[in-house]
Order: sequence, then C-alpha cells, then structure tokens
Amino acid sequence: MSIIRTTFMTAYRAKWRPNYWDVLALVFVLAVIGLLAWNAKQMATPYEIGQVTPISLNPNVLPFYACRTVVRMLIAMAVSLLFTFIFGTWAAKSYRAERLIVPMIDVLQSVPILGFLSVTVAGFIGLFHGSMLGPECAAIFAIFTSQAWNMALGFYQTVKSVPTEVEEAALMYHLSPWQRFWRISVPFSMPGLLWNAMASMSAGWFYVVAAEAITVSNQQILLPGIGSYIATAIQAANMSAIVYAILTMFIVIIIYDQLLFRPLVAWSEKFKAEQQATEKTELPWVIHLFRRTRVVRLAGRQLARLFDAFVNIRVFRTKKVIIKKFSERKNSEWWWSIFWDIATIMLGVLASVFLAIYIFNNLSLAEINNVLVLGLITTLRVFILIIISSLIWVPIGVWIGLRPRAAQIAQPVAQILAAFPANLLYPFIVVFIVTYHLNPNIWLTPLMILGAQWYILFNVIAGTSTIPQDLLQVADNLGVVGWLRWKRFLLPTVFPYYVTGAITAAGGAWNASIVAEVASWGKVHLTASGLGAYISKYTMTGNFSHIALGIGMMCLLVLIANRLIWRPLYVYATNRFLLE
Amino acid sequence: MSQPIIEVVNVGKSFQKGDRQELLVLENINLKMYEGEIIAILGKSGSGKSTLMRIISGLIEPSLGKVNYRGHEVHGPARGISMVFQTFALLPWLTVLQNVELGLEAIGLDRIERRERSLKAIDMIGLDGFESALPKELSGGMRQRVGFARALVVNPDILLMDEPFSALDVLTADNLKSDLIDLWQSKQTGLNGILFVTHSIEEAVAIADRIIIFNSNPGSIRADLKVTLPYPRSDLDPRFRNQVDRVYTLMTTQPQEDRMEIGDKYKPIDLAYRLPEASVAEITGLLELLNSPEHQGKMDLPDVSDTLDLNIDDLFPLTELLEILHFAKVSKGDITITDEGKAFADEDILERKKIFSIQLKRYVPLARYIYDQLIRHPRHRALEENFLALLEDSVSEAEAERVLRTVIEWGRYAELFAYDYNSGVLSLENPH
Repeated sequence: MSIIRTTFMTAYRAKWRPNYWDVLALVFVLAVIGLLAWNAKQMATPYEIGQVTPISLNPNVLPFYACRTVVRMLIAMAVSLLFTFIFGTWAAKSYRAERLIVPMIDVLQSVPILGFLSVTVAGFIGLFHGSMLGPECAAIFAIFTSQAWNMALGFYQTVKSVPTEVEEAALMYHLSPWQRFWRISVPFSMPGLLWNAMASMSAGWFYVVAAEAITVSNQQILLPGIGSYIATAIQAANMSAIVYAILTMFIVIIIYDQLLFRPLVAWSEKFKAEQQATEKTELPWVIHLFRRTRVVRLAGRQLARLFDAFVNIRVFRTKKVIIKKFSERKNSEWWWSIFWDIATIMLGVLASVFLAIYIFNNLSLAEINNVLVLGLITTLRVFILIIISSLIWVPIGVWIGLRPRAAQIAQPVAQILAAFPANLLYPFIVVFIVTYHLNPNIWLTPLMILGAQWYILFNVIAGTSTIPQDLLQVADNLGVVGWLRWKRFLLPTVFPYYVTGAITAAGGAWNASIVAEVASWGKVHLTASGLGAYISKYTMTGNFSHIALGIGMMCLLVLIANRLIWRPLYVYATNRFLLE
Repeated sequence: MSQPIIEVVNVGKSFQKGDRQELLVLENINLKMYEGEIIAILGKSGSGKSTLMRIISGLIEPSLGKVNYRGHEVHGPARGISMVFQTFALLPWLTVLQNVELGLEAIGLDRIERRERSLKAIDMIGLDGFESALPKELSGGMRQRVGFARALVVNPDILLMDEPFSALDVLTADNLKSDLIDLWQSKQTGLNGILFVTHSIEEAVAIADRIIIFNSNPGSIRADLKVTLPYPRSDLDPRFRNQVDRVYTLMTTQPQEDRMEIGDKYKPIDLAYRLPEASVAEITGLLELLNSPEHQGKMDLPDVSDTLDLNIDDLFPLTELLEILHFAKVSKGDITITDEGKAFADEDILERKKIFSIQLKRYVPLARYIYDQLIRHPRHRALEENFLALLEDSVSEAEAERVLRTVIEWGRYAELFAYDYNSGVLSLENPH
C-alpha cells in the first residue's frame, strides 16, 4: 500500500535496472518460497498410530527440524488471523454476538494451552486417518490457541474504538461493509494487531516445542521439529544434543526477530492514529534492504494495486446504504432478541446438564476435592513465583529504565529472552536437581516462571522510561532520595506497567505448569505435586475425564484469580497511577 | 419560492436510556432549506443540533417525523449529500490524495478518473503541493481543507458541516471561512446549499443567510432569522455587530420571561437540574471583570465574549451559574452584577468561600441535599453511588456523572463537604 508509494518516491533515480540489492532480495524471497513448498510435502507423509517417527540427534538435521517448527508457527498464525478477522469483527459489529463471543474468548484465554492439545489430538488423528496431518494439525491447533484469543480481543477493542466521526464519514461516502473493513477496521487495528500477533508468536515458541512431542494414551508422537529433538535428547540423556538445540533455537528466534518482528512493527508505525508527526525512529535493516531494491519495489507496487482491486471488488461494492425505518426495526429486533435470548439460555442449560451428568458419572467427589487441593498448591506456586520475580526484576527494570542507553540494549534482549522457549532450558535444571538430590516439589517450581519473568522486566523498563524528566527533576530538587524516592516517585509511576507485566507472567506460569511440574532426564522422572502434573499424568495415560477435570479446575482457578485479583488491581493501577 | 431541497417535518428524537426510560433530545423540529441557502444551526452544546444534522444526513433515523431530500424520504446517507466533520475524520495512514479519493473509490470510479477529479478538488481547495503529505504532517487548518476536498470531490448537491471550524484557531478558521465563501460565490463547486452547525454566534453571522437558533433540553427551534448583509462581512461593521447583538438577545431571553413578574426573575432549579459546567475560578474571574471600575457591574454579552475570548459554549455555562447563585442577572444580551455578586468580588478568599457556601446551600438543591444527607448520617459519610442513582432517574448516566463531579468541585471549594476519589465517599469533615 502506501509504504510502497512513499518508498517509490524516495527513489529519485528512475532508471529501471536491477541493482545488487535486487539480487539479494530475490534470493531471499525464493528461498522462503522453496522452504514452504518442501514443508508442505513433508507434512502430508503417511502415519499410523503407534508408528515411531525416527528423530535423529545428529546436529546436521537441526536446521531442517527448525524449519518445520517455524512453518507450524506460521500456519497457526495465519489461522489465528482469519479467526481474528471473523470473530473480532463480528463481536464489534453485532451487539448480540458481542455478548457471547467476548466472554467466551475471555474464558478460552484461561484454558491452559497444552490442555487443548491433550483433548484434541485424538480427534485430529481420527480426522486425518493414516496421515501425519493429524498430529500436525493438533500441534498447530495448540499453537493457534496460544495466539488467537488475545489477537481477536485486541482487534475487537480497536474496531470498537474507531472514532465515530470516521465511521460516519465512511457511511456518508458510501463505503460498503467490505471496503470499510479493509480501509478502516484493519488499518486502525494494525499496530495493536501486529503487536499482539508478535507477542503471541513469542509465547507460541514455548507451545510449539511442547506440542511436537506428546504422549497420548501411552503412545508417543514425535513430529519432526526442535521440540521432538529435545524430547529425544532428554530420553537419551544427551547433553551435547541439548546444547545444539538451544543454539539453533536462539538463531531461529534472532532471525525471526530481525526479519519479521522488527520490520513489521516499524511498518505498522504509520497506522498509528496519532495526530502529531513524531520523530522518525531508526528503521530496521530489512526495510532498508527492500526500499533500496527496485524489483521488489515494483512488485510491491503491483501488490498494492492488487490490494486496491481486492478492496474495491465489484461484488462487495455498496449499492445503497439503507437504514431501516425505526418502527420496523424496533419490531423485528424485538423478535430477534427474544429468539436470541431463548436460544442462549437453552444452550446454557443444556451445557450445564451435560456437565453435571458427565461429572457425576465419571468422577467421585473425593477426586474433585483432590484436584482442588492440587490446584491450590499450583496457585500458591504461581503467586510465590510472581512475588519473587517481582522482587528481583522491578528494581533491575527501574534501574535500566532510568538509563536510556541501558534500556536501548536491554529492551530487545528481554524481548528475545521472552520469546525463547524456556522449556528447552529445563534439562539443565533437572540435571542439577538429579545430581544434588534436591526436593522436586521446591526446585521444579522455578521452571514455571523461567519464560514468563521477562514480561515483568520489560514492562517495568517500558514504564520507567515514560517517567517525565521534570518529575525526576522535581524529586532531585526536593532532595527526595532513597526509599522515599521509590515510594513516592518510582514505584507509583511504574505500577500500572508492572501490573500488566505481572498478569502476563502469571498467565504464562499457569500454562507452563503442565510441562514444568513433571520433568525427566534419561530414566529419572521427577514430579512435583500440583495441578499441572495431574493434567500431564492423565494426558499420558489418555484418561479423558480426568484431563477434563484438571483443565476445568485450572480454568476456574485462573478465572477466579483474574476476577478477584488481577482485574481490580489493573483498574486501580490505571485509574490512579497512569500518567497522562 | 420553489420546492425546498430539504424538508424536515415534525422530527423528534429520543434515545433509549436504561430499561424503560427515554431521553428526549429533539422535539418537533420543522425546517425547510431552499436552493442557494446557507443555513446555520446555532445552539449551546448538548442542544441536539448535531443530532439534527445527523438525522438530515441519514446517519441516524428520527424517532418521529421524517426528512425529505428533493422529494424523497431519507433513509440512510443519500448520494448528493456530503459532510465535513468537526475532528476532520481523515484516515491518518492515507495521504491527502488517497483521503480525497476515498469517496470516489467507494462509488467505483476507475483509477485514472479518480485521480483526475481528486487533483482538481485539491487544487480548488488550495492544497496543491500537499498531495502526498500524510494528515499528521499538516496543521489543523490544512487537515480541514482535506476534509473539504473530500466532501467536494463527489460533486455534492448539499454540504453539511458539523462545527467545521471549532477545532481550529481563530486566524486559521477565519482564513478557511473566507475561502469557503469565495468558493461558494464563485459557484465552481456545483453546491446548491450549505447547512452547518455551530456554537459561535459570530461564525453564524459571518457565513449564513439564515440562522436557526436552538433551545436546549430538549432541542427545539427558538428562532429563525435572516441575515442579509453582503459578503464579505466584516466583524467591525456596525451592522454586523447589530446582528450579533440581536442573536445574543434572542439566546438569553427566556421565552416565558415576559410573562413573569419582575421580582421573580430567577428561575428556581430542581434537584436533578443539569448544572452548568463552570468552575469557581472562572466565575470569580468573570465577576471581577464585571465589578471592575470600567464596567460598573454591567456588560454587554458580546463584549464579555470578546474580552475573555470565550465562545457561547464557554460563556453561557458561566453566566448560568452566576444566575443560579444570584451573583448576576442576564437579560436581553446584558449581564448585571447583583449585591451578592459584588460582595463576593470585593472580599478576600476566606470570605468568598463563606459567601459561596451560603449561596450554594440556598440555591443549588443538589448541594443542599448532599449536605443534609451528610449531616443526618451518624458518621457523616455517604457513597457517591446514592447520589448518582438519584440523578440517573432524570438524566443520562454520563450526564449524572458530570453533574455530580461539578457539584463536588463547588462543594469542595465551599468546604461544604469532602470527597475521596479512591473510595467514592463523600464526607463532612476534611480527612486530614
């Protein structure tokens, strides 16, 4: 679109001759296409349950495994985007759909992602009988569930917050719903959507690694990828293979960060609806590469035209906007709402009846009680971890945030660390526990926060760097130092950002508990008692009613914690402490 | 005269509020617009004038009555009617050219024709050279020019403008207004009528041939007057000042005032009265101005507006509060200070608080009610929710919130009661 227009205009030499940047960019694009094609072929290979996929621990195959993992991620992302567009728009435009979709997504958000995997993998294998596509889809679906919800919610919120006058202008100038969607909703939500997508993707690495190697009903399924490589290495107690895998993952994440994340976020800057022209930020090198490349630029212009044609396609063009007569509308809406209310109530009643019957037939009260206790143990773990990591990272984050130079270095590093799937690092800690015969109930706990703690760090850094200079000068001027400075200036300003980070970290810790409360190294298996270990144990044996109970309980606990602690805290923090 | 282009017939509008209540914003509006007219709809904020404009444009449907555009009833935005918005409503990621093209794109013109017509519109409105600029690079005035170009490029029959100049500074607005009038007089736009909403009396007098003055609560037409001055109109011209004075007089004269007796000239207000949004500091400033030796306690409202650079949306809430508190009296476009007002203006800050507190308790029922409740309560505390609920019986939720905020600010100044932001508790004593 118009990024290409502007880049086109910056090129004042109009000669049409490929330059050396062209060659580079062309190679780059072709390589990506080739990779995708190879992957598609690999995914559809035949597969039977019980069949063992050989995973080689040879480091030479690691790049190929990495590619497979990356492609799974990208497919899940595409599906999430589709989901976001459909359900986000629907919820934003229809009052009735909104009342159903938004709470539904809210609940789905609190369902542990690996829980989805345990429940759906059998179904997918059945669906694509005799093909690798079954487990492949299950893994992709698990990643999808880690990405889609926050994207859809974010999209819905931005579409709802489009200024009324802009919506009215679109109606006055007769844009069709299709044109309004592509010309207004999508661009308006672009910065938030991309940011959410990228954050989801960062979290997704964790789940893709966990989802590739999964044991269901005592059958181990290994999808070729980094996750399976690690799982195999753990079984073989092969430390050097684990180090190779970690190195590969780091390279993958850095490439993803440089090639995808940064260029896209920089590009989305132009969709920010701010009214002032801001100072230009440093552009990522990939954008430079493409701006200097004539062929790519021309291709981009063609793409822009294609996009225009797509948006203005005749079928979706508006004939005439007709607003129904008030009286008619009132009548038909009345009927609709009655029908809708009855339908939702019936659905709710049916679901509760089904749930009650299911629980009473399959589970004893003692079992429910037991799961509740396990759940409370895990809850306690999560809270202790949040407190400990806050005590560590808040001071460090503030220290870094007050020093712009340090922040410039630390911020991207923290982002990369957050994207790095922490489960790859678990073997180190497990070896440590095994060697020193430590209590797994205590020492497995930190694994849960390993990946999630960075959210606290980089939110605190971001918060600190918003403290206006004059506030700090006032503090200096009044001689406010030491604890008083923290109490009156630093902590209050950082608080809203900290809460955001802590919420994300807590969510991450809950999700990680399923893989973090059980760990193994070679033949040694460690278990910490908790809800995560419970779910993980029954997933392996394939006991569906216990999995459902465990997941249900976790979902409930997360929802309760969100409603009773996090949300009120968040509202309080933003009302009281957010600087305007 | 010939057939009207737009005919508003018995239009009323009420918004659903809560379960059963309805909030009436427009009542019994009748209006005809003829070929070649520029009509200004003038009213205070919240008088429903923007709602009327949106009903005419087809963006919202009236609850009662109908709007005809060239003989057809309006249901939805009609081709031939364009609109310019208060906050411009440009898409920030599109260039000036792309923004202008938007309306043509929607009706499915091809690329080349789109570009050609847009460039012409951009030239006409004086934006040439800025085709590839993004809106955020432009000043407010230039942005609104883009808004005009976008509205005119579709060759509209009628142009609607919703407070088009109110987001601009005075000089920029004047410049844009005169360009608009030049464009209108040169007839290169093909426009057959302009209808605009404004809260500036001067703006209405400077541009329109007809001014429709709106009443608030609910919005209805108070007066319809013609302005026959030739263009360009200068605000230094005595005839122009005369017109402005006339409009002020019309706007400040209560319709029922003539029937009332002299002694009973303040209108009493009830508990849920929509108190004007005016701060103590502002009315103090205004009283001091009135009380100054050069004005001797009496001023012409247009004068006040000029001196303090306030438009009617800023000024009328102040004069309303002064009247409510019996600090001043407004009549026929003049404001006169009362004895209480004079006493207030003459005293130091502590005495002022005392006088303010007395007047507040006496004349603002809501303040008195809150105060009484607090006195009666054993621990002299009350939750704001109670008062909000009370207000919400008669006004919208947002308005209830606003009214309570306003009265809390006055009550705090008067030291009648204290308020804790975090807990939402009102109390008699100060917490510290």
